[in-house]
Amino acid sequence: MQRRGFLAGLAAFLAPILGLPFRRARADGPPEQAGGAPPHAAGKPAGKPRRFGMAIQVDRCIGCTRCMDACKAENNVPKEPFFFRTWVEQYTIKTDGELVVRSLKTGNGKPSESVPEREIMRSFFVPKLCNQCDHPPCVQVCPVGATFRSPEGVVLVDEERCIGCRYCIQACPYGARYLHPDTKTADKCTFCYHRTTRDLLPACVEVCPTSARIFGDLDNVASPLTRFKRMKKIHTLKPDLNTEPKVLYSDLDGVVR
Amino acid sequence: MKSLLFRPVPEQITRLSLAFALLASGVFLVRAHAIPQTWLDREYHVKSTLEREANRPRRFAGAQACTECHEDQVKEKAEGNHRTLACETCHGAAGKHVEDPTETKLFAPRLRDYCVLCHAYDPSRPTGFPQINPALHNPLKPCIECHKPHAPVPPETPKECAACHGEIERTKAVSSHAALACTACHDAPDAHKVTPRLVRPTKPQNREFCGKCHGPKSEEKKAPRVDLAAHGERYLCWQCHYPHLPEGK
Repeated sequence: MQRRGFLAGLAAFLAPILGLPFRRARADGPPEQAGGAPPHAAGKPAGKPRRFGMAIQVDRCIGCTRCMDACKAENNVPKEPFFFRTWVEQYTIKTDGELVVRSLKTGNGKPSESVPEREIMRSFFVPKLCNQCDHPPCVQVCPVGATFRSPEGVVLVDEERCIGCRYCIQACPYGARYLHPDTKTADKCTFCYHRTTRDLLPACVEVCPTSARIFGDLDNVASPLTRFKRMKKIHTLKPDLNTEPKVLYSDLDGVVR
Repeated sequence: MKSLLFRPVPEQITRLSLAFALLASGVFLVRAHAIPQTWLDREYHVKSTLEREANRPRRFAGAQACTECHEDQVKEKAEGNHRTLACETCHGAAGKHVEDPTETKLFAPRLRDYCVLCHAYDPSRPTGFPQINPALHNPLKPCIECHKPHAPVPPETPKECAACHGEIERTKAVSSHAALACTACHDAPDAHKVTPRLVRPTKPQNREFCGKCHGPKSEEKKAPRVDLAAHGERYLCWQCHYPHLPEGK
């Protein structure tokens, strides 16, 4: 009896001290599930948030790097050639079966120097960007909860909360993140959140000269994106990782990693 | 046993609990006041990030904005081969220009180096996408002299074969076949100029074709004569003599 009384008294004493700071933490739940609140949606009636997605038609990409330049201009990405939110890879399969992959540099309109033309069996461009996964590994590993999925399914980084530990950069299987040299925080594609929430297209989609990129609401019944989903054979990058990407590819060669 | 709770509390316990209470209230005060709310409140942190991201400045104005003033160009572009391009693909981000059209003017590429970003030949580009070799295709001439950038069409199909087969033309020009037109030996249908790979010109098929000029019964006065029956009868003429530069003058 005394022990029970002692424990009850102790609990009553400690409750205000321990309980208060941890109550919020318990109510939070894992970061991915915290998107229930109505989104910040400028100019959009409250309701079910849209689910942004992008389709990429690989056989249309001409590797002109307009998307890379536009993304840098729109999103304050540093001009250095190794910082990207979106980038284009040139895949070349040689006649002897060897695979050569190189990333295009911005403003590069030159033919590829890497492989002599007579050795090429097949060559093509693959635009890449953050896949805005439904199960994002980068969100799981963030030790401070600075990265999360928005109600629209876009993975965002809180630059005030990010401590720049680079865990997410390591965790991303697509290499879509980099450490911004000015803010020293992780930076990544936001599907141009500031444009798409205002019914504008992302900068890369806007400038693509061959309509290789299609942007839209994955839940929309009739849109170019849903038509693409219906009519094309859809591929995603690294589907075996179960990240459930929302960037969909068509005509993707099997060698693309 | 029962009297345990009601005994006078030993002094060390009092001091310890006092120290513990001070520590606990200190932690509580720091969490409540010193640490910014953004560090603790997840909802606040999500909301502030969404707001910050949504309110970033927009540099690209979007295709709709251009139609409001530049109707003619937009219409011209919509009917031409550049209809899938946005104005901002070539002219750059127009956000500032839309806000103040007189103050900020947009860049208009007029030199060769911009067009070749898309139209230079690259083996990785999809088949059928119009590409040129910038070193061979009218070098140093600005593209916009022949191609209207808003509605580009291939300029008039060249009539002479040399437009594409320049190397052969230049070789032939210094040869003894200089006076012969290409069509003397090749029958080039008109469709070859439009779809050069699908419709191909003919080539001579047999020795008798060369024999029309070089045979013993030829009416050509200057052409060297050979006896077709005796001269290299097992071979076709062009297996030894390159027709565009035959040896001997």
